[in-house]
Amino acid sequence: MRVNVTVNGEQRQADDVWEGESLLFLLRERLGLPGSKNACEQGECGSCTVYMDNVPVCACLVAAGQAQDRDVRTVEGLADGDALDPVQEAFVEAGAVQCGFCTPGLVVAAHDLLDRVPSPSDPEIREALAGNLCRCTGYEKILDAVRLAASRR
Amino acid sequence: MTLTPAELTSAVSGGIGTSPQRPDGNLKVRGEFAYASDLWHEDMIWGATLRSPHPYARITSVDITEALKVPGVYAVLTHSDVPGRNLYGLEHKDQPVLAVDVVRYQGEPIALVGADHPETALRAMKKIVVTYDVLDPVVDMETAVDDTPLHPGGNLVRHVPIRRGSQDVTADVVVTGRYEVGMQDQAFLGPESGLAVPAEDGSVDLYIATQWLHVDRDQIAAALGLPQEQVRLTLSGVGGAFGGREDLSMQVHACLLALYTGKPVKMVYNREESFYGHVHRHPAVLYYEHGADHTGKLVYVRTKMYLDGGAYASSTPAVVANAATLGVGPYEVDNVTVDAYGVYTNNPPCGAMRGFGAVQAGFAYESQMDKLAEALGMSPVDVRVRNAMTEGSVMPTGQVVDSAAPVAQLLKLVQDKPLPAGTSTDIRELPGGVSNTTHGEGVVRGVGYAVGIKNICFSEGYDDYSTARVRVSMVSGSLAAAVHTAACEVGQGLVTIMQQIVRTELGIERVTVLPMDTTIGNGGSTSASRQTYVTGGAVKAACAAVRSRLDGRTDIGDEVIDETVEWRHRATEALDPETGQGNAHVQYGFAAHRAVVDVDVELGLVRVVSLDCAQDVGRALNPQAVMGQIQGGSAQGLGLAVMEEIQTSGGKVRNPSFTDYLIPTVLDMPPMSIDVLELADPHAPYGIRGVGEPPTISSTPAIVAAIRAATGLALTRVPVRPEHLTGT
Ligand code: FES
Ligand code: FES
Repeated sequence: MRVNVTVNGEQRQADDVWEGESLLFLLRERLGLPGSKNACEQGECGSCTVYMDNVPVCACLVAAGQAQDRDVRTVEGLADGDALDPVQEAFVEAGAVQCGFCTPGLVVAAHDLLDRVPSPSDPEIREALAGNLCRCTGYEKILDAVRLAASRR
Repeated sequence: MTLTPAELTSAVSGGIGTSPQRPDGNLKVRGEFAYASDLWHEDMIWGATLRSPHPYARITSVDITEALKVPGVYAVLTHSDVPGRNLYGLEHKDQPVLAVDVVRYQGEPIALVGADHPETALRAMKKIVVTYDVLDPVVDMETAVDDTPLHPGGNLVRHVPIRRGSQDVTADVVVTGRYEVGMQDQAFLGPESGLAVPAEDGSVDLYIATQWLHVDRDQIAAALGLPQEQVRLTLSGVGGAFGGREDLSMQVHACLLALYTGKPVKMVYNREESFYGHVHRHPAVLYYEHGADHTGKLVYVRTKMYLDGGAYASSTPAVVANAATLGVGPYEVDNVTVDAYGVYTNNPPCGAMRGFGAVQAGFAYESQMDKLAEALGMSPVDVRVRNAMTEGSVMPTGQVVDSAAPVAQLLKLVQDKPLPAGTSTDIRELPGGVSNTTHGEGVVRGVGYAVGIKNICFSEGYDDYSTARVRVSMVSGSLAAAVHTAACEVGQGLVTIMQQIVRTELGIERVTVLPMDTTIGNGGSTSASRQTYVTGGAVKAACAAVRSRLDGRTDIGDEVIDETVEWRHRATEALDPETGQGNAHVQYGFAAHRAVVDVDVELGLVRVVSLDCAQDVGRALNPQAVMGQIQGGSAQGLGLAVMEEIQTSGGKVRNPSFTDYLIPTVLDMPPMSIDVLELADPHAPYGIRGVGEPPTISSTPAIVAAIRAATGLALTRVPVRPEHLTGT
């Protein structure tokens, strides 16, 4: 099948998409956007989090066909050219990035949180990020990063 | 003007002792960092692996005819297509690249498919017909040695005995216990992946997420029957490792498919396959007897421990040696009897995971110290301090600890930290959280302590070294440096540390880290908390060589100064095979934790309220990265304490997914207060002490001690599950 989708503001098209393919596979393998990650491909880790029509979703749980005519924004679409989004900047500065495999998903989830709640409390941050696994950091510096980004926005 | 390192430290920012941003940080937050699973090549095809559904079976036939007919399939390969040695392994070459006539664990690779789409590969795989003669699996580590032999030499991989002092001395107070540690998974987030690209001359390039390029290369070359120089490896982005990438996964498979089809081949495991595709932490059963006098001074420790290596040896021999030599913990004990056994079974293969044998022993000996404290009527901290080793103490191996061992100080540091406020009334901070299972009724609090010891670097006489190349030239009118090694960055921040060392040593701010690959000599393994020590040492030494050629110049014109240095830490010795005596280890690292928990005793739910830590790191080259290691390592210890276990039954894995194998989320990890001591080790570069592993060891027993304190239950097994707490 053919899928037409807007990704990071650009109209994109993919042909020969299989029925069973996920939005994650479409982004990563057909549209050259591997920023969204594939840590579990079953909705458990949040590493594939992208915005679809401004709502964060696990791209691995969305069928590629469901993205038809939708507006998708991935981690690759957050920075403004060379200028990082404040959330991205805070992740680097706070040391919230080790292997970084969780980072794209966490950055999108934190970006969404701060859009909704500009000054979240710690329990609010924890709740918002509870669906994003990180195996390296123990989360402390991820919390630091979100607090830092909130203080700058 | 002559520049010296000391002057340069202040002249250039981003040197050692500071926390500059990691050079790959920007790419990682933008989603542009290329992990192994992100790689792409013109014309590439996909590889898939057919695995055994049985833990133990004879293969009676393999028929690939129908699979080959699937449109889009380029190749279907079995063991007869392995051109070189069809056996590999880190310490014993006992593991087939592709199974021949027997499978020894569920998930063992039997055949490979190369196809134009991952889905095509999966469909073709389902058309391969394998017939089996299913056998009774050997699954009990305690009786495995006397059970059906799974390998030609029987089921004992290694026995490490330690005999020190009197073997029959008696004591006033004796406590005994049997402890169990479940099988933990590294659960790195980046799945096993690689891209193999064949070259026209029959050689191959592999872009791979691994912990040790050279040992991968040597094993791949042997399996492919190629000279080593015809197998070139380049490290791709690695999404965490924690020991799980020390063994081969699909390295040989991808190269075989690439050479066979003449096409670039990408392989990516999904999460389920990842659980079958790498070794895990050894489950263990440990028997301990501690004897002490009335003042709490340890008189003897006797232990017998079993570590389940599963179907293949992997690094079991070294894990067993660690469990044995570190088996009494960071305590002075004159009379020690240890027998540690690593065995083969038909359970999933086990090998390296952060803490490497010291974790299993640590849970048991710290549980024993608490039991001893109770028997003596002493506090858990007092009994530990009473026996704490210090610099100059003698290990059970006879080795003298010849640098700082601030065990008592670490315990006191965590003991003196303020305790968290009493049990919260906010349901988000209670066991069960927003599941709204309690508002505080049935919730009890407990506090627990633990301290641990870990060897740093490779042990037992291993020639443990790293190679570093530093090149300096003029770029836009000023000196710039490039550093090249084969030491794997897996997330820990080695790339930053190398830049910092070059800045400090050469006073050059602009430092490029070149891709890690096999065009340079061995960098050694990213494990045993050793890379900052050994590769850091090599980079420092290469800088010294460059510095003497620079001779103080800040303008070298067209000259390029390029120095490569191999650097090794001081030598270690083998253990005596009968007595376990010998200077087997390079360095020891120590960390202590205090855990505070709330337990809902009705539902068996645990919430860790705080997890404070004190650790000596010798010298913090990058304080932010040090904290990150302590926090991340402590979280993995928390996981083992209360949730993480690969559950097996009859050798089959029951929970190969993140739905059923739980790792800590941000809701599970409490805030940590951390004290870092910097007591320089005079033998180590800059005085550093390996950081990554010690916090994983003490975190688990501290949390379990806190749960015991809250509930009064004995809790002899980790992870502690709800049913252990409710008795149902
Ligand atoms: S990859 Fe989508 S949730 Fe894990
Ligand atoms: S930084 Fe490695 S998983 Fe989060």
